[in-house]
Amino acid sequence: MPLINQEKCNQCQLCISVCGCGAIVMVNNVVTVVETEDCHWCTTCEAVCPTGALTCSFEIVVEEG
Amino acid sequence: MTIDVAFLKSISYFSGLNTTELDIIEKAFSEKTAQRGEVILLEGELSDTLFFVAAGAVKIFKTSTQGKEQILSIARLGDALNDISIFDGGVNPVSAQALGPVVLHGIKKDRLQGILQQYPKVALNASRVLAGKTRQLLTLVEDLSFRHVLGRVVKILLTHAGDGTTPVQRLTQQEMAAMAGTAREVVARSLKVLEEQGHIRLEHHRIVITDKKSLQEIVAESA
Ligand code: SF4
Ligand code: SF4
Repeated sequence: MPLINQEKCNQCQLCISVCGCGAIVMVNNVVTVVETEDCHWCTTCEAVCPTGALTCSFEIVVEEG
Repeated sequence: MTIDVAFLKSISYFSGLNTTELDIIEKAFSEKTAQRGEVILLEGELSDTLFFVAAGAVKIFKTSTQGKEQILSIARLGDALNDISIFDGGVNPVSAQALGPVVLHGIKKDRLQGILQQYPKVALNASRVLAGKTRQLLTLVEDLSFRHVLGRVVKILLTHAGDGTTPVQRLTQQEMAAMAGTAREVVARSLKVLEEQGHIRLEHHRIVITDKKSLQEIVAESA
């Protein structure tokens, strides 16, 4: 799942507003990512995050054969 | 409905104005909302209202004749969506789509013209904003049209690729952009191009290199 660095997050909730799959929610007034199979790694949440707190990282692999 | 003066103050166009001036300007604004996915402005159409983002995020993009989308920027709090067409009187050079629920504050073109004449500070601010936009777009055009940026992105993929058995350092598009000295939008576009050409496959949170040899050739050609 995407990761949120709470030290950088300003709780603006822009990521929540753009995510259509409900993967990002408020838990005890803190923006939190919850596990869901619906996240299709569109990375829109990372694109809109103004502070760079939210990251959707990729593993790069070479397919053999 | 009243528009928050504090919000106007945070917009670059109106910086340096005092509260009395902002109070007058505020009266010329009206509010509009858009839902996720709603197209706020369409490329090629005329607009008579200049919109500023008051809440939410808006995707600014162009669509090619083949229907391919190129994101140019993400507009957030305080950003203007269509100042180019409002100032030159032409059609929208870009489209704008709400990425989530969005609140916009808009001012009609004729009201804006009156304000520009009355408050030269706003005109000066506008020229600064437009110059900054031009600079950002020129950099983007350069990076999108020259092969060396694609080569740099490919080099990053090759350098950070593992064989799928041992863990490797994961990278975000933002990090790849910083490494390649370009914008995130250019990395996103490069990955799409590479996938279309069959060099890589995007699989959820994995970038699978399907044709390593051709990627090495791209690096060699762009060097
Ligand atoms: S990557 Fe897309 S679907 Fe997944 S959490 Fe972010 S915005 Fe939601
Ligand atoms: S967009 Fe970024 S800064 Fe804003 S709440 Fe989400 S993670 Fe935090």
